[in-house]
Amino acid sequence: MTRKRRRLYVLLACAIGLGSATALTLTAFSDNLVFFVSPSDIATKGASGRTVRLGGLVEQGSVQRGNGGATFKVTDGASSVTVRYAGILPDLFREGQGVVTLGTLQSDGSLKASEVLAKHDETYMPKEVAEALKKSGQWKPDSGPPPPSSTWNKR
Amino acid sequence: MSSSPNRSLHRFANPGQFLRLSGAVLPYLAIGAALLTALGLGWGLFVSPADYQQGDAVRIMYVHVPAAWLATGGYTGLAVCSAMSLIWRHPLADLAAAEIGPVGAGFTALCLATGSLWGKPMWGAWWVWDARLTSVLVLFFLYIGHVALVRAFDDPTRGYRAGAILALVGVVNLPIVKFSVDWWNTLHQPASIKLTGAPTMAPEMLWPLAIAALGYTLCFATIVTMRTRAAVMERRIRGLLMARAASDPGA
Repeated sequence: MTRKRRRLYVLLACAIGLGSATALTLTAFSDNLVFFVSPSDIATKGASGRTVRLGGLVEQGSVQRGNGGATFKVTDGASSVTVRYAGILPDLFREGQGVVTLGTLQSDGSLKASEVLAKHDETYMPKEVAEALKKSGQWKPDSGPPPPSSTWNKR
Repeated sequence: MSSSPNRSLHRFANPGQFLRLSGAVLPYLAIGAALLTALGLGWGLFVSPADYQQGDAVRIMYVHVPAAWLATGGYTGLAVCSAMSLIWRHPLADLAAAEIGPVGAGFTALCLATGSLWGKPMWGAWWVWDARLTSVLVLFFLYIGHVALVRAFDDPTRGYRAGAILALVGVVNLPIVKFSVDWWNTLHQPASIKLTGAPTMAPEMLWPLAIAALGYTLCFATIVTMRTRAAVMERRIRGLLMARAASDPGA
């Protein structure tokens, strides 16, 4: 075995070792690597008084804007959590939009938020395409995200 | 070296051959980089349509996404050079790795800065510690660490060796950057352009993005080639000066 070949094998062995160590570590910590928890997680674990980051969709028809703030429900389809927030909402905030809110869980199960971030998906299209999809009935914004791009992104 | 079975490979690794070849290619590379980057960014920033959801803020994408691709692509190049340097003790790979570092760090910084400028109007935050953003910041620190480590030794060979090991250890971060948005929930959205399935992006936005990405790639290649050429010539000059000093002890 030449020295070059030996160095190659040593390097490959190191790569396999390091790779599997990283994979195991990431798997072990995957609960801590998520940025937010879902309403279902809170429903099952129920941690009152704890600071959590809650993520999900703003439930249709749940937004009530008050003076300088808003109350709305964040849902993941299975369960939902009421969020109270005093502050300026991001521009993308609307019903049906993904949001991530940081706050403390109150004893009544609602979340007193100190921060509301809007999340957007990976779909990019001009306004006209979005309008056309809505007009033709291919996409009903009330019922969720835009249809798969293969149905409209013809090249 | 002369008994190496990889003589065909080493032919291109010869620094003199590299200077000749890269000198011939460099003008075309530079012109292509300037034209494609200008076309892609001009199209994206001024001509392409606004997004149905994000409005004109989506235009930051044409600056941000190619920078992100080059940040990870450049690191892949750095890792390949590092492996060649460790296994084959390749002098040109040492020089190229040392020159990729600062350029990659620059593209990563551009990616982080434009991402921050995009995050504030869309998400409502300049920065969040989600898995995607954090792993790209780690990528930036890996680049900076490599830049510092390679230049930290009096004996350049030891610097190249240490830098190559650091760069290869850092490769574990690349899949984390790429798949963080799929493995864990993040504020950052998943990829729009995937190997499988149609891109979730309208063609009139995808074209300028693709051209800008090609332009960025040529820019990266141009800068690294110029820097590596300079490094080869610098090493030659140093060699000549040392040879002259050795042959002329009375001076």
